[in-house]
Amino acid sequence: MQTTDATAAEVPILPTSSVLTWKNRWDHIQARWRWKRGEHRVMPSLYSIGRPTPDSPVLVSANYTLSFDALRTALYSTDAYILVINTFGINVWCAAGKGTFGTEELVERIETSGLAKVVRHRTVILPQLGAPGVAGHLVKQQSGFKVEYGPVRAEDLPEYLKTHKATPEMRRVRFNMLDRLTLAPVELLGYFLYLLIAAIALYFWDGWTGSLMVLLAIVGGTIFFPSLLPWLPTKDFSTKGWSLGLVITLAVVLMDTLWLNADASTTHKILSTVSNLLLWPPVTAFIALNFTGASTFTSRSGVKAEMRSYIRPMAISFILGIMLNIIARFL
Amino acid sequence: MFNSYKVNTLQYVPELCIGCAMCWTVCPHGVFAEGKTAQLRKQEACMECGACALNCPTHAIAVQSGVGCASGMIKAAITGKPNECCDCS
Repeated sequence: MQTTDATAAEVPILPTSSVLTWKNRWDHIQARWRWKRGEHRVMPSLYSIGRPTPDSPVLVSANYTLSFDALRTALYSTDAYILVINTFGINVWCAAGKGTFGTEELVERIETSGLAKVVRHRTVILPQLGAPGVAGHLVKQQSGFKVEYGPVRAEDLPEYLKTHKATPEMRRVRFNMLDRLTLAPVELLGYFLYLLIAAIALYFWDGWTGSLMVLLAIVGGTIFFPSLLPWLPTKDFSTKGWSLGLVITLAVVLMDTLWLNADASTTHKILSTVSNLLLWPPVTAFIALNFTGASTFTSRSGVKAEMRSYIRPMAISFILGIMLNIIARFL
Repeated sequence: MFNSYKVNTLQYVPELCIGCAMCWTVCPHGVFAEGKTAQLRKQEACMECGACALNCPTHAIAVQSGVGCASGMIKAAITGKPNECCDCS
């Protein structure tokens, strides 16, 4: 379609817009549910949005549909160029961590897109979370383009572009309730098969209490844990998850001993209570520990330290719980 | 107690800082404070993403960067393959 006058291009500039189609929205739903992962790609290229001139800003993005679409929808009233670099369908932050959203790819894409002939200035604006993969000073050295780090979130771009200054708030990643809840259903889905098998098996082993217990332990780890993250006691994910698991287990155990199996012998009640308290909190704790990767703030050193401290106690407690449960069954 | 995140691999040599502003610009957790040279303000908040070190032109910052993801590390330990974060897409 139309290219800007200054370009009269050898390399095509693809026009795009800030409007999302139903097809885009359907693609986003699929991506959020991790369906056809790796296939939510945009063609790496230079794109134009609005009616950019040679003085318009150039914004760099990953070739993941959720990244690209977040950027273009934020630019609803802006004339700009978007340079999509090849990150193999991975979002900006993760790709930067892997190095695919990186210095080399950016420099090469600046070169092959003929960007220097399209714009008069020599600045590319990157999402701040691209920084773990891109050395700004090396890009400048190798391509002549200065790297400017814009805000973390595309939605802050219109504000940012007025002054090219980001507020401290724009520079922070957050992990608010909505961010965390977006991840929760998919976390649950990841454990669904285990849940189903365990719930059915435990029904035949232990009746409804067992099924309810595994359901709540897993829903606790995947839904309650992310929701309650900031308010759960201690700093470590494992101990946060363990505390939550303890509360859940206590609730089920109380219900079981006082109501569902109220007529069982005292020995049986004590044994099954202890076994449940050993068995289930580590399950929630383990799922919670696995949520570190989804969070936006855990360091590798910290997660390693958590694993060193807690994996063994979790496993021991879990196995003891199973053994006691078997013993309780035959008493 | 129950805080494994007190220690990390972030190292900063203030003498090498030329005040280029990159580290406090790229850090998503406000670890460095703005100043004539960078001030290491919240070491504990560092998530070892490596953005500051990579963008520091004088190598005043060093950090062993990596993804803080337990399931990735567990998977790597089991399969023996290099650690890649599992759920990143």
